[in-house]
Amino acid sequence: MDLKKSTFWGYKRENGRVGVRNHVIVLPVDDLSNAAAQAVENNIKGTIALPHPYGRLQFGADLDLHFRTLIGTGSNPNVAAVIVICIEEGWAKKVADGISATGKPVAYFGIEQHGDHDTILRASKKAKEFVQWASEQRREERPLKDLWVSTKCGESDTTSGCGSNPTVGNAFDKLYPHGVTLVFGETTELTGGEHLVAARCRDEAVRKKFQFMFDRYQQVVEAHKTNDLSDSQPTKGNIEGGLTTIEEKALGNIQKIGRKCTVDGVLDKAETPTGPGLWFMDSSSAAAEMVTLVAAAGYTVHFFPTGQGNVIGNPILPVIKLCANPRTVRTMSEHIDVDVSGLLRREMSPDEAGDKLLDCMFRTANGRLTAAEALGHREFVLTRLYESA
Amino acid sequence: MIHFVVHDEHDSVGVVVVEGVKAGQKLSGWIMDQDKSIEVTAKSDIPIGHKLAIKPLAKDATVIKYGVDIGRVVAPIAVGEHTHVHNLKTKRW
Repeated sequence: MDLKKSTFWGYKRENGRVGVRNHVIVLPVDDLSNAAAQAVENNIKGTIALPHPYGRLQFGADLDLHFRTLIGTGSNPNVAAVIVICIEEGWAKKVADGISATGKPVAYFGIEQHGDHDTILRASKKAKEFVQWASEQRREERPLKDLWVSTKCGESDTTSGCGSNPTVGNAFDKLYPHGVTLVFGETTELTGGEHLVAARCRDEAVRKKFQFMFDRYQQVVEAHKTNDLSDSQPTKGNIEGGLTTIEEKALGNIQKIGRKCTVDGVLDKAETPTGPGLWFMDSSSAAAEMVTLVAAAGYTVHFFPTGQGNVIGNPILPVIKLCANPRTVRTMSEHIDVDVSGLLRREMSPDEAGDKLLDCMFRTANGRLTAAEALGHREFVLTRLYESA
Repeated sequence: MIHFVVHDEHDSVGVVVVEGVKAGQKLSGWIMDQDKSIEVTAKSDIPIGHKLAIKPLAKDATVIKYGVDIGRVVAPIAVGEHTHVHNLKTKRW
């Protein structure tokens, strides 16, 4: 596929970033605000509430990550406008101020001194205004480089390593020269192949930062493990699918970064990249956590290869699923956007598979709903670093 | 018809890519990186996605896949035998 003149139709936001969705979100800062946020979602059609279980008594780096993830989610260009609700007005304002740096419409509401009823009423009035405003935003034709593409695989099996992950790698190798902003992560899931990623880093500074993130996560595993993690990483599903060791899983995982692109930079969790190229983000390998983190970093389309059939979606980031396992394609077809099982029958070349994924990427960016969007998968899962105070 | 694929010709294992492989069945493999063919007789029933040895592997040998170390053998494995958690373990963690 010649991508030289490729374009897509997206929503240009106030800060210059381009989104491929036009969501109005209702964002609770804490668990206590979920009920009000979901009531607003129910009142005002076309809004999405993002309930989650955290936000109270967090502190230090864990609290910083909480705020970074919420502000990043609201700032994502797939989001047109944001309603923030918090038990305390001060923190609602903190999150709203962070998001308003993008220039998009944001309003915040505190529940204390008002109660749920009054908060829901005030927030619903504002949400209706935002939804009607957003419904008049129009897509415009934009160059490919305005697209930010993330990847993370899940419920992998051995077909991921020889089929769906190399398909993502092929697509990444084709997108990279056109100035697209790319990201991969899953820190523990590089174990056994970390030397291959280190060798792909652009320079010594990037390599050192990558090694720092990798070693930091290994220390977490070493500090808390009670065995060789053989029930967790690989997961039961991975093992059922034929993956035996973390090394084998990691080598399959790394196929997603292709063979040509270099790792240009390293991001902490939910951190926004500062330029185009391929970035590594330190992150959990749990699907919904990782996808939530890259959505918060500003990515607008996601490639999700699966083997045994992970069903994940995200409220604001369209998750495109591809699969090379013919059994999964047959038994879970409603979840699969791109069938690349032909690769394993030698009926399709890696190049053709990559093009098929890119074709789905453009259609998704232009507005076609992914399987996960149509099925209502909206997993929004915040990463925690340690206990609350 | 391809029953299993191998990433690299130096690998010790291949991956079954069809359902219902039975012990005694003659299997055709495709070595992807070098685009070569290979024949192996299955020694076990092997589910889709699971590995079979394409080289004899002694206890404590290193298993190679993608041309890279993926762990150590904990029970000897014959050519065509199912290779999984019962005879292969991680060297990490």
